[in-house]
Amino acid sequence: MKKLESSITNMVIVLVGVALITGAILAYVNHITTGPIKEQAEKTLTDGIKKVMGGGEITVTGSDPYSQTVDGKELTYVIHKVNDAQGKDLGAAVESTTVGFGGDLKVLVGFDSNGNILGYTILQTAETPGLGAKAETWFQKDGKGSIIGMNPSAELKVSKDGGQVNAITASTITSRAFLKAVNNAYSAYKKSSAGSQNVASNDNK
Amino acid sequence: MSNLIVSLSPHAHGTDSVERNMYGVILALVPALLVSFFYFGIGSAIVCLTSVAACMFFEWAITKYLLKKESTVLDGSAILTGLLLGFNLPSNLPVWIVLIGALVAIGVGKMTFGGLGCNPFNPALVGRCFLLVSFPVEMTSWPVAGQLLKYTDATTAATPLSVMKNAIKTGDASCLNQLPDSMSMLLGNPGLNNGAGTVGEVCALALLLGLAFMLWKKIITWHIPVSIIATVFVFSGILHLANPVYASPVAELLSGGLMLGAIFMATDYVTSPMTYKGQLIYGVAIGFLTVVIRNWGAYPEGMSFAILIMNAFTPLINAYIKPKRFGEVIKKEDK
Amino acid sequence: MNYIKILLNGIFKENPTFVLLLGMCPTLATTTSAINGLSMGLATMFVLICSNLVISLIKNLTPDMVRIPVFVVVIASFVTILQMIMQAFVPAIYATLGLYIPLIVVNCIILGRAEAFACKNGPLQSIFDGIGMGLGFSLALTLLGAVRELLGAGSIFGIGLLPETCNMLLFILPPGAFITLGYLIAIVNKFKKA
Repeated sequence: MKKLESSITNMVIVLVGVALITGAILAYVNHITTGPIKEQAEKTLTDGIKKVMGGGEITVTGSDPYSQTVDGKELTYVIHKVNDAQGKDLGAAVESTTVGFGGDLKVLVGFDSNGNILGYTILQTAETPGLGAKAETWFQKDGKGSIIGMNPSAELKVSKDGGQVNAITASTITSRAFLKAVNNAYSAYKKSSAGSQNVASNDNK
Repeated sequence: MSNLIVSLSPHAHGTDSVERNMYGVILALVPALLVSFFYFGIGSAIVCLTSVAACMFFEWAITKYLLKKESTVLDGSAILTGLLLGFNLPSNLPVWIVLIGALVAIGVGKMTFGGLGCNPFNPALVGRCFLLVSFPVEMTSWPVAGQLLKYTDATTAATPLSVMKNAIKTGDASCLNQLPDSMSMLLGNPGLNNGAGTVGEVCALALLLGLAFMLWKKIITWHIPVSIIATVFVFSGILHLANPVYASPVAELLSGGLMLGAIFMATDYVTSPMTYKGQLIYGVAIGFLTVVIRNWGAYPEGMSFAILIMNAFTPLINAYIKPKRFGEVIKKEDK
Repeated sequence: MNYIKILLNGIFKENPTFVLLLGMCPTLATTTSAINGLSMGLATMFVLICSNLVISLIKNLTPDMVRIPVFVVVIASFVTILQMIMQAFVPAIYATLGLYIPLIVVNCIILGRAEAFACKNGPLQSIFDGIGMGLGFSLALTLLGAVRELLGAGSIFGIGLLPETCNMLLFILPPGAFITLGYLIAIVNKFKKA
C-alpha cells in the first residue's frame, strides 16, 4: 500500500479519524472502570475505618463533615459514626488534617464512645522517609510511643513538652503535628456528638 | 605577584607544592584538634583517627586497584580530607558510620571525578552531607562536652543552632536565653545544658588561630573567609534588628561549623574560584545561603550545604570573572 | 531482520536506560524500591508494545506531516487506558505509581521507538522491538530500584536483608537515584568495553 500524501484533506481526515476512534475506545474503558474505581475508593475507606476501630464486624452509620475553628482557621473534619453488628454504638472514626514537617499530615483516628483511642492510620503524609514517616508505626500499640487506649480529654503532648507520649527520635515536629491532629479529631468528635445529643434532647421535649 | 617577569627558560622554581600546602593546612588544624581532645576526650580521638586512617586507606586502595595509577596517598590531601571529615562529625558517632563517610568522601566525592584537582565538590563535605542525610538520627544527636572517657554512650543535647531554630519555629525570643554567652562559645562551650556540636567546631578561637597561621604562611588569602564572615554578620545582624527572634550576629558567627567552614572548607583550592574578585562573590554567596538555610531551611546548620552549592557554581564564576591577560591592551573606544 | 536480534538489541546493545539514557524522569523518580521499578517498567512495556503495534499498522495511513500528533494521540490513549485499568484493579500499585503513570506519555523511549522503528517496520518486528525495549527498561529500573532499596531500606522486594540501623536514607531520596544511576552506568560501560 502506498503512503498517504500530506494533502490538507488527507491530514484532516486522518486526524479526525484517529481522534474519533481513540475517543470512542477511551469512553468505553472509562465506562467499564468507573464502577470498580469507586468501589476501590470506598473499600479503602471502610478498610481504614475497620482498622482504626479495632477490627471486627462494623457498619458505618453515617459520615458527616464537621467544622471547627483551630488557631483562627476553620478546618473540616469528617466523622464516620460506627455501629457494631448488633447496632450498638461503637464510637467514631475521625479524619483530621494538620501541617507536619513536610506538608499536610492526614490521619484517621478511631475513638470509642468514651473518647478512648482505639487505633489510627495515616491517610496522607509527606514526612521524611526514615524519620517522620515512622509515625505510621510509632504510635501504634506495639510502637515506642503508643497512644492506643489514651483519652485526649487532657490534651496529648510529647514528653518534651511535658506530656505523656514519647516523640519519634529526631522528629519532634512530626510528633507534635500528629498529636495535634489526634487532639483536634477528639474535640471535633466530642463537640459534634454533644451537638447531636442536644438536638436529640430538644426533640424529646 | 607584584612584579611578574617573563624570562627565557630555565625558570626558577618556587618551593610551593601540593605537599607543602596540604601539610600547612593540617598544621593549622592542630590547635582545634587539641581543643577537641580536651572537650570530647576519647570519642573525638576515635572519630578523627578512624576518619583519617579510612580516608588514607580508601585513597590508596582506589588508586592502586581501580585507577591503577601512582598512589597519591602521601600528598597529604587524603589526610586533610579525613581530618576535616572527622571535625564535621559528632564525637559519639559509631566507627562504621565514620567508615561509610570516609568511603563516600574519597570514593564518591574525589576519586570518581579523577582524584585531586578534578573534584568539583569538597570531598569532606560530600562525606558529611551524605551522612547527614542518610543517618539523621545519629548525625544530629550531639554529645555534651566534658565527658572525656565516654564514646557512643555519651549524654547528648541540642546544639546552640537547634536552640536558635526552635526560637524561630516557635516565634519565642526567650528561647534564646538558653544560648551560652559568646565568650564561652569563643573559647569552646563546656556545655552545661547544650551539646557543643561537632568535633571541630567546639572552639572558634582555635580555628581563628589556624586562620592566622595560614594567612601568615600565605597558604590562603583573606578573601573567602572574610567575605563569608562579614556577610553572615551583616545579614544576620539585619534580621536580628528587625526581629529579635533571630539570634544575634555574634552568636551566629560563633556557633556551628561557620568558622570551620569559612576558614578550612570553603578555601579548598580545587573547589573555590581562582580570581580574588571571584572569591569575594563566592564568599558573599556562601554567607548569604548559610543564613538563609539556618533560619528558614529544614536543617539547623546550613554551612556545609551552602559551600557545596557554591562549589557547583565555581566553574561558572571562573568562566565569567577572568583575570586580565598579561600584556592585554585596553581597547580604546572608536571615535 | 532477525527477531531475536531485535529483542536483544533493546535489552543490551541499545538499553534505553543505560545506553540511550532516555526516559530519565520515571527512572529516577519511581525507583525507590525494586517492586516500584519493576511495575513502572512493565507499565511502560505495555504501552510501548501496544503503541508500536498500532503505529506500525497505521503507518501507511498517516500522512508524514501529521505523524507526530497521531503518534502522541495513540500513545496518550494507551496510557489513559492503562491508568484507568490500574486504578480499578491494582489500586495498591496505582497508589505509589499513580503520579508517574501520565508521565509515560512524554517518556522519550515510546515516541522515540515509534519514530525510529515502528513507522519503518512491520507489525511483528515492532512488537518484538517493544518487548525488547520494554524488557531492557524494566530490567534497568528493577536493578536500580533493587540497589536503592537494599542500601536505603535494607531489603529487596520487601524481603529484609540488612538490619534497620544501617539503612542509608540518602539512597531512597532523590540524590540517591542520581548517584546510583551514575555508578550503574559506569559499571555497565566497564563490562561493555571488556
